[in-house]
Amino acid sequence: MSRDYPDEPADEFSRPPRTVTDREGRDVELLSADATDRESVLEMYLSFDPADRAQGIPPAREAAIDDWLDTILGDETYNVVAVNEHSVVGHATLVPDRHGEHELAIFVLQAFQGAGIGTELVETLLGLAQSAGLEKVWLTVERWNDAAVALYKKVGFETTSAESFEIEMSIRL
Amino acid sequence: MDILLGVGGSELSYYALEETIERAQETGDEVTVALFHNEEVNSDVDEIQARVEETLSETGFEATVRRLDGERAGSELVSVAESEGFDRIVLGGGERSTLGKIQLGSIVEFVLLNAQTPVTLIR
Repeated sequence: MSRDYPDEPADEFSRPPRTVTDREGRDVELLSADATDRESVLEMYLSFDPADRAQGIPPAREAAIDDWLDTILGDETYNVVAVNEHSVVGHATLVPDRHGEHELAIFVLQAFQGAGIGTELVETLLGLAQSAGLEKVWLTVERWNDAAVALYKKVGFETTSAESFEIEMSIRL
Repeated sequence: MDILLGVGGSELSYYALEETIERAQETGDEVTVALFHNEEVNSDVDEIQARVEETLSETGFEATVRRLDGERAGSELVSVAESEGFDRIVLGGGERSTLGKIQLGSIVEFVLLNAQTPVTLIR
């Protein structure tokens, strides 16, 4: 089954590194990240609120988080972290699927939610993807997660399948 | 208990078969294995049947094996369970993407939403 993508490519997105101020007035740096940033990313997931998990990720136990980080910080992945006062408070990742397309996921610590960081993270990650020459990015999101669906639409994702528990969305870069 | 186990050829459906056999060997449940084509994994019912029968003979477990007709496997499972008085439907499902997100396939979703009998999802 092949995935649908919008015909038209998206505009250029901002690329990392950059600094933004969130709606609470906090300065947040958006930085490209890789396996060398593993410790600081792990710290964030260890303090992640279990209630904010979606579709089984991030995993709950530390050993499972560790395995999962091998995947999302592995070869051919693209990562951007949001850093405030030397701590990672948000993380967005692109992981290649079997078709050479990339799946996106994003996580923001509860204290930094609702302040615009998620949108900045996704846009900056897509900017990184554009600089790497990626063309096809997709994601799934739970149907009842209105905030996330609205965020992805604002960034430029289009819904490609809404027949299931999860909505599938995609963007062409 | 009379169990209707649906197997459509995904890896998780074979895992559900093994788990169901293991449990039934302890509880004495009667198991009917319903084979169906799942276009999401592009499965072949002959191949599924061969693998199911191999697993049954390896474990020495006796179960009824039958094929579901019709295009809509989810609907068939629900109506067989109801019309023949099964106590429970068991399905494997909830595949993970490379990134790790769990996604339910359309057959599992249909059965979860429409079955009048209890449903066990093994993942």
